[in-house]
Amino acid sequence: MALITTDEQEALRDVMRAFLRKYSAEADVRAQMDSDRGFDVQAWETAAEQIGMQALAIPEELGGAGYGFDELAVVLEEAGRTLFTGPVLPSVVLAPAVLLLSGDTGARERYLPSLADGSRIATVAVSEDTAMWSETDITVSATRDGDDWLLTGTKRYVLSGAQADLVLVAARTGAGVSLFAIESPATGLTIEPLPVMDLTRRLASLTFDRCRAVLIGEDGTGWITLSQVFDQAIAALACEQVGAAAAVLEFTVDYLKVRQQFGRPIGSFQAIKHRCADMLVELESARSAAAYASAAIAAGADDASVAASIAKVYCSQAFYHIAAESIQMHGGIGFTWEHPAHLYFKRAKSGEVLFGSPASHRERIAQLIGMN
Amino acid sequence: MDIDIAPEHTDFRDEVRTWLSEHLAGEFAEHRGIGSPTDDAAWDVRVEWERELSAGNWLGLTWPREYGGRGLGMAEEIIFEYEYARSAAPARVNTQALDLLGPTLLAFGTEEHKQRFLPKILAVEEMWGQGFSEPGAGSDLAAVRTKAVADDDSWHIDGQKVWTTFGHHADWLYVLCRTDPDVALRHRGLSLLLVEVHQPGVDVRPIENLARSTEFSECFFNDARTPADMVVGGVGNGWRVVMATLGMERGSALMPMQLAMQREVTDMIDAAKTSGIVDDPLIRQRLVDAYIGVNVMRSSNLRVVADLLDDTAAERGTATTASANGSKLFASLHHQLMGELALDVYGAEAVYGAGDGPAAAARKLFLLSRAETIYGGTSEIQRNIIAERVLGLPRV
Repeated sequence: MALITTDEQEALRDVMRAFLRKYSAEADVRAQMDSDRGFDVQAWETAAEQIGMQALAIPEELGGAGYGFDELAVVLEEAGRTLFTGPVLPSVVLAPAVLLLSGDTGARERYLPSLADGSRIATVAVSEDTAMWSETDITVSATRDGDDWLLTGTKRYVLSGAQADLVLVAARTGAGVSLFAIESPATGLTIEPLPVMDLTRRLASLTFDRCRAVLIGEDGTGWITLSQVFDQAIAALACEQVGAAAAVLEFTVDYLKVRQQFGRPIGSFQAIKHRCADMLVELESARSAAAYASAAIAAGADDASVAASIAKVYCSQAFYHIAAESIQMHGGIGFTWEHPAHLYFKRAKSGEVLFGSPASHRERIAQLIGMN
Repeated sequence: MDIDIAPEHTDFRDEVRTWLSEHLAGEFAEHRGIGSPTDDAAWDVRVEWERELSAGNWLGLTWPREYGGRGLGMAEEIIFEYEYARSAAPARVNTQALDLLGPTLLAFGTEEHKQRFLPKILAVEEMWGQGFSEPGAGSDLAAVRTKAVADDDSWHIDGQKVWTTFGHHADWLYVLCRTDPDVALRHRGLSLLLVEVHQPGVDVRPIENLARSTEFSECFFNDARTPADMVVGGVGNGWRVVMATLGMERGSALMPMQLAMQREVTDMIDAAKTSGIVDDPLIRQRLVDAYIGVNVMRSSNLRVVADLLDDTAAERGTATTASANGSKLFASLHHQLMGELALDVYGAEAVYGAGDGPAAAARKLFLLSRAETIYGGTSEIQRNIIAERVLGLPRV
């Protein structure tokens, strides 16, 4: 169990931070918000070449660095701090996890080396009607066609769905939920980018009309894989949220120390101070929840699912509250497009909804701890 | 996941477990989970239990051997407190001495103080109470007016202290006094004196709290006496000593508090399942929030403990500073939410009925938790400290 980082992980943090200072400054993030693609391909390639960011959690024999979730947690926290627009969550966390946990050695060898070197962007398409991952929600169907399968139906809320070269899709066969790979673009695949509120994180709807796909893993075992990946997904999101919330609190406190009204810094008023103290307690509690969930996942602990949902609820709400308070404490300037407060505020809300609302995760916890 | 026990400490953990399982029997076992550092329920049984602990050499683990301690380290203390809390052994009674005065004397006391007082604390022969707050000096502790005047061989003390936890059980008080009559000196005119309760000049009167129990007292000093050498840390240094005392919140104390709260949440969820109110959608979400809160506390505590036990992390000063400051604020607020939820779970029975079953425990939790955001530094003071010392926001 590792609830505190090692020196090696802190060194990784320093490297990430230096990279992000150069490639994910506010101006870079805003430029990508206005771009069609939504992220900087050159920065993505640089991250692969200089840091090996995409390779971290991929085994060495498949072109990776062979680290685990603890290291991903550091990368995610730093990426979250700057609202880095690169597809870290789908292509560095989710897709490699699906491939590794699927037990499909052929698919691993086919795809993971190109994910590790950053040359291929991958995502996972699970959600349909709700953003929560739910086995019973899966209606996209797959029917066998020779060695391949044909997929029909619609996936929604697919992270980087319009940017990914490889889409791993959860679809229903006669044997149950199974996983399929589609190399995008593909015949029978229609991609509709969603008009997202948070432009730093792009999502799309993917509609399949007899779209040719390759089965990943054994037919009917997809949900076993996805339920494990789900814990990684929400814990990863929580790590991002901790980093982002820390950044918001820092720039807010800095402002409160210099902004003068009534002849004194507004940060000297208790009406402000006490709320900042609450924000710090929330941030540190969120940090603990995310660290515990990450450590539980890295260790394969029994309570990893409960811990991940706890982190999802707590970190989502803490980040949202801190981001909302930041706008208020900045006053008029905090409500402008030019100020970064709204970027974090929107990221907070988009993360709260992604992979299921806090209320749906409370219900998940209730069921996991036997509150029936 | 659990606290990491280094291989060299597993023998110690096993020793603690074995001793607790053998000695937490009979009447002691019947009083599992009873009391807290601010609840004097089953006092006499708890005093007997503390003597049992004393006989087993389990008090003052980190105190030096020459004063009756065991000279062990932080790791053993954390392990002991954790196992103790897991066993739900009755809460200790002399926490004021074990957690606060003892460490203060070790840091600031004279050799005579240490030899005179520490062994009697560990032998459970003398109980201690804290004389800090006054009617006019609560959050503004430097406003204390209780005055002490020295003559040739002793101090003469006049004034009033209040909110003295377990004061009516105390044999001795450690009292923050104004020893320089110039009130304008504020912090600089204070000294910490050790004063025996059993004398004509000291009158301790229990105060009933809003739950109609008597955890704290008011203490009147009317020409009370204590020998001239009963000043800790030197005359005029009281503020520095007292601030250190209040900073002695130990990492090892966090886990027991969290475990007790975790048990309360588990009991509440079980009760809600039994009554069926667990299916009420609002209660259900609140129960999970109660569960989330105690688990977040646990994660924070594990982080602090890992930090305390890791030398390289301590050098970096990562988790402890911010977490330790916030832990009291978080725990006290969360405990109040739990108290409110407990009352809603047990419903009318907890408000109109009770008796001595679980509904009565819910009522007690509801009422007593109101004190937690006040004692030991109010939530408002905690927020000031966090804002000014951790975030660096300006004082004025």
